[in-house]
Amino acid sequence: MDRLKLVLQYFQSNSESISNGICIILSLISVKLYTSFDFNCPCLPQYNKMYALGVMFVPPIILFLLGVLVNRHTGVLMEEWVRPLGKRTKNPAVVKFLLSSMLQRSFLAPMVWILMTLLDGKCFICAFSMNVDPKYFTGIPNSTGLELIKIMAKVPCKEDVIFKNSSFRKAVSRYVRCYSQAIGWSILLFFIFLGAVGRVLKPCFNHATFLQTRYWSNYLDIEQKLFDETCVLHARDFARKCVMQFFESMQEDVTVRMPLSSAFRPSTIHNEYEEEEEERLHGITRQDQVDHLLQTWYECKPELDVTRMAYKPKACITWEDINGKALFSEV
Amino acid sequence: MDKFRMMAQILQSNQESFMNGICGVMALASAQLYTSFEFNCPCIPEYNYSYGISMLVIPPIWFFLLGFVLNNNVSMLAEEWKRPVGQRRKDPAVMRYMCVSISQRSLIAPAVWISVTLMDGKSFLCAYSMDLDMSEFGKNVSGHGLSQEDLLRTLAKIPCKHIYDGQHILSREAATRYICCISQAFGWLFLLIITIAAFLIRAIRPCFTQAAFLKTKYWSHYVDTERKVFDETCTEHAKGFAKICIKQYFEGISGEIQSFHDNLHGDDSDDEDDKPATEEDKLMGVRRLDTMNKVLWDWHTCKPPLTLRKPGDASTGQNGDCSMNANKSQDGNVSDKTDLNEGQNGFKHGYLNPGLDIGQSELGKEYDNASFSIEQNGFTNKHSNASTSQNGLMNGCVSSPSNTQKKAWAVYYSKV
Repeated sequence: MDRLKLVLQYFQSNSESISNGICIILSLISVKLYTSFDFNCPCLPQYNKMYALGVMFVPPIILFLLGVLVNRHTGVLMEEWVRPLGKRTKNPAVVKFLLSSMLQRSFLAPMVWILMTLLDGKCFICAFSMNVDPKYFTGIPNSTGLELIKIMAKVPCKEDVIFKNSSFRKAVSRYVRCYSQAIGWSILLFFIFLGAVGRVLKPCFNHATFLQTRYWSNYLDIEQKLFDETCVLHARDFARKCVMQFFESMQEDVTVRMPLSSAFRPSTIHNEYEEEEEERLHGITRQDQVDHLLQTWYECKPELDVTRMAYKPKACITWEDINGKALFSEV
Repeated sequence: MDKFRMMAQILQSNQESFMNGICGVMALASAQLYTSFEFNCPCIPEYNYSYGISMLVIPPIWFFLLGFVLNNNVSMLAEEWKRPVGQRRKDPAVMRYMCVSISQRSLIAPAVWISVTLMDGKSFLCAYSMDLDMSEFGKNVSGHGLSQEDLLRTLAKIPCKHIYDGQHILSREAATRYICCISQAFGWLFLLIITIAAFLIRAIRPCFTQAAFLKTKYWSHYVDTERKVFDETCTEHAKGFAKICIKQYFEGISGEIQSFHDNLHGDDSDDEDDKPATEEDKLMGVRRLDTMNKVLWDWHTCKPPLTLRKPGDASTGQNGDCSMNANKSQDGNVSDKTDLNEGQNGFKHGYLNPGLDIGQSELGKEYDNASFSIEQNGFTNKHSNASTSQNGLMNGCVSSPSNTQKKAWAVYYSKV
């Protein structure tokens, strides 16, 4: 009983902690990607905004899709959603729960990227330096003959020659960066606040239903894993038996199976390993049986009722000789 | 149960996580290779484009092929594709699945290389610096006074910091920045496209053909497992074969048949079930060079059907042997001797002198003409009569089965 509990705990904690771990790894990847990315503002009026907003929003989309992809719950969710009804009713609350937990985890890495771009400020400067009103700043280099907007567009580029001897560029950059960081911090604060409120207020609404949906979504996940494992074990035993029979079919001499002594005295000391193997095959020994099993698993999932299996009456055999004397009994 | 669960996890995760590990290693190798590679744009109008584009395209092809080479499943796929049909149908869906999964894994390292190259921008800059549109920079295009060829040559020098001499015409940094931007935009677009493609394939797939997917996944894993189990069995068999061969060689030289008593099963019925699997058992009846060769040959040319025989049931299913037809012999071993053709004419002789390389003649003496059959066929009486008529051992063994309830057991016959 204890071992079973440990196993169950392992499975339950394992699935969630794996998802959390993957989520965090993805966020770290997003941080690393940002730091190693060489941000290259074009410093041209027509392209600045496009580039900067592209860098701010396209990688989050990619990270979000990646987060959905690598999350195990996505598969469980999609399967539960599209499966035929079969013998098991569908519970939309479970689907919603799985969806929300998957989305929450997948949103973390994109948020990390967006926050990093905002707190760093480069993207913002590149995008919005042209919107700054230069009359608040001194030292604008107006001797180059360029239009104002072109000069402002060059602000993000440090090495441009027109800003060599003036502090104009630095002043404008600092101003825009302030804005960027303010927005970044407020977004962070907002989300933390939202998370805290959600956590605190959640038990006030439908807690009992929530417990149920959480249980059943966990159950679906574990069931899927166990099914895959059972298939793996079955395939291995199937293969082993197939290969063995293949070898045995090639022999050219007599092989006499002689469990004669067993007929006298049906021994309980059989080849335990073989018996276990037989058991693990569960009677599924042909290709069409396996195909049918897999098809039915999808089309007509079994009902959630194992009472029959748990209390199945077991057949007991008693061996008797001609006089009726019991030689051996399993009772 | 826990042991099996862990074993199952290891089995399942081992193959996949091993392949994922190789995938990840190759992706990292590709990124590392890029950073350590010294990109050297020729800065000459005729060669810039070819150098830049080949740096972008050729290493991915190389990584893709390397992915195929390193993947164990490629040989499995090829084997499954080329084998003759034999007794087992070929399933094109399984082969497609294996092919797709191999390709998916091999595509990761090339994708990493391409995206890193595009993000870095050097190869794009090298390839397209000559196609630069000068009007983007607002410079007076016609005011530089250079011929077309000279202009091209100057533009071609943009990627090379130290030899660029057109600073008065066009700022090198501005041009570099512009082209790098475009390169990075392409890079992000590329990443977005492949991520969307992967998302559509993986996340939306359960909406279509989920049942068929479960089947192909199971059978492709089965093919892999079967191959491994076959190799293991062959190894075990070789060990057993070698041991017995050597033992008999020594016995032959010493002139004594020491194992005579060891091999008798019938007398010490008490200890029989307690003995561990002997070497003989491990051989599973395959005891000769040509038989073993046939095993290995038929494994490819005529794979057994995916139907397991039940232990007590020798009449169903085929024995996986395309040329021999051993099933016939089981029903007609005593009754229709005429059915046996030339190979089986020497049935008795075959039994007496099975022509085994590993001397089981002593065993043969004990058990030749052993003719049991399945009780439900109703042959019992016939056989016990028949058996007493033959010179056999049946004495101690056969007569007793009539008293007690019989468990079904089967005997496999084959031509000698």
